[in-house]
Amino acid sequence: MWNLIHEHLNDLVAVALFVIGFGDLLFQKNMIKKIIGLNIMDTAVYLLLASQGYIEGRKAPIVVDGVRDAAAYINPIPSGLVLTGIVVSVSVTALLLSLTIRMYRKYHSLDLDYCLMMARHEDKVNG
Amino acid sequence: MEFIRNFPFFSIMLCMFCAIICSVLRRKAAQYFTLAVLFTVMILSGALLYNTYNDGGSFVYYMGHFPAPWGNEIRGGCLEAIFALFISTVAFLSVLAGGKAIEYDIEDKKENLFFILVCLMTSSLLAMCYTNDLFTGYVFIEINTIAGCGLIMVRQLGKSIVTAVRYMVISMLGSGLFLIGVTLLYTLTGHLLMSNIQESVKELISTGDYGMQLTIVIGLMTVGLAIKAGLFPFHLWIPDAYGQSNVISSSLLSSTVSKGYIFLLIKIYFRTLGLEAIEKSGVLNVCFALGIVAMIMGSVLALNEKSFRRMIAFSSIAQIGYIFMGIGIGTKEAVTAAIFHIFAHGLTKSLLFISSSEFTEGSHSKSIDDLKSLGYKYRYSALCYSIGAFSIVGFPLLGGFISKLLLGGAAIGHGPMQWIALLALAVSTILNAVYFLRTVVYLFIPKEHLEDSNKSATLGDHDRDAEHVENNETEKSEKLLLLPGMHCPRYVIGITALVLLNFLLGLCSGPIIDIIEQGLEVFE
Repeated sequence: MWNLIHEHLNDLVAVALFVIGFGDLLFQKNMIKKIIGLNIMDTAVYLLLASQGYIEGRKAPIVVDGVRDAAAYINPIPSGLVLTGIVVSVSVTALLLSLTIRMYRKYHSLDLDYCLMMARHEDKVNG
Repeated sequence: MEFIRNFPFFSIMLCMFCAIICSVLRRKAAQYFTLAVLFTVMILSGALLYNTYNDGGSFVYYMGHFPAPWGNEIRGGCLEAIFALFISTVAFLSVLAGGKAIEYDIEDKKENLFFILVCLMTSSLLAMCYTNDLFTGYVFIEINTIAGCGLIMVRQLGKSIVTAVRYMVISMLGSGLFLIGVTLLYTLTGHLLMSNIQESVKELISTGDYGMQLTIVIGLMTVGLAIKAGLFPFHLWIPDAYGQSNVISSSLLSSTVSKGYIFLLIKIYFRTLGLEAIEKSGVLNVCFALGIVAMIMGSVLALNEKSFRRMIAFSSIAQIGYIFMGIGIGTKEAVTAAIFHIFAHGLTKSLLFISSSEFTEGSHSKSIDDLKSLGYKYRYSALCYSIGAFSIVGFPLLGGFISKLLLGGAAIGHGPMQWIALLALAVSTILNAVYFLRTVVYLFIPKEHLEDSNKSATLGDHDRDAEHVENNETEKSEKLLLLPGMHCPRYVIGITALVLLNFLLGLCSGPIIDIIEQGLEVFE
């Protein structure tokens, strides 16, 4: 049992982080907490990806000392995917934060439900 | 033929570069440049469609000439080509028809930014349609989400900001699920390219390993994409997003963006994982059930809606239900019908959104009740709107009729499924007819009739009230003179083309069905 857990520690942590992040993004009312949840969720996926590409005892896939044998290096594709994923999540986070600022300026609240209620009310008043 | 293989790449890149160039152009120039690029993409996709259809095959294009495990791939067949043609046509006609109206919605000097978003959205949709690589698909899903968020909040009202935030949050949930699905699939198969994954999955199924894990992957990807497409239990963001934004945005969002995700889902089902794995996982039944519920619930919600454009948005939810029902049945005919419905619904919905904008802008009211006898004021729009409504309801001669016929025909012969599907089709069609024909009838209520009833209503009241009503009326008619420029030839050409395309789908459905069937054939 312990062996199994030890073997899949990365995966388990990744799943736990994913669930925490997903729950935050879904259930938190505060926008900033939601965005933090989004980042935790993305991090979980990167952890999972990076640990899948890692092979015990091998080096980063950069050729040094002229060793050209693929068996000496870890799998580079997941690392590439993680980098791409980080870029995506940075841009999405920036966009969400800027939207949050706009929303805060308008309604003086970070609570999405409250803002939605205010917006609906505004809509009704304007017909 | 060799040269034509570059066309998918060209069309994606043209839109991308157009987005970059738009950032330095002035407002008018950006609009014309976007129109020109979209038209070019339309022609490129048309040429590709002609060629792949005559060829009967499909091809794989290596980006940068790196072969499979290292490079990124684009795949072109006639299904991809016709979908790209559909996207570019809808985008072109929406910008053509709505371009004049949005000048009033967007702040001065920011109009070029809007066209950046339009180009970015088109390019990401094209990439999602052509890509042969799941991770590229994920990246373009995110780009599409960002562009869609921008399109929603163009109006800069408080509500559109909140709607955009909500859209982003829900979309992020969807793309998170999709990303972890892709990651798990990569750990299972060791590949990201669709054709390689299919081989590995076939192997996995024949040995019977990892059945559970495959089911989880399929579930994650399906739920992720269904959230983004707005299938019924995940539909909460749709009415606000479509009902709130401007003409072009709502037309593009409803008719192309959600369809792009569905197309990617079809690609994952039938090209990446293979029908065998999908059938084993039972996810098709979930799609079928959710589709049925969406068909009924979307229509019921639309029936209860007071706001005109939100009603059209709710009808989108029902139509997405039709598509998922088709996918859920799972046979070749049913998927053909579902794809045909994508086209029929896309062309109809953009027509409805664009033509309806004239009534809502013209009467300065969002309510359905204020539509009464506007049909005499805006005759052409009312005519086109009615044709769109008839198509959605499923009158013969129009696209909606054929797609309903195909869906019904595909459902027959599937045991208990067929009765549920046919019953849901019938109920949903009746509900569609009730709420869409109600608006058409409102539009064409004779004016004299309305004035009579108004008079009889006001006669009993105090004089002051009657005066007030009169004042209001004069105020309204004064405002009507300052309408956004809806009567320009561009608008008329745009909606006429959409109407003609609806008739084309209805009258020449044979060749289009042929193309879809052939495309599905070479999909695997």
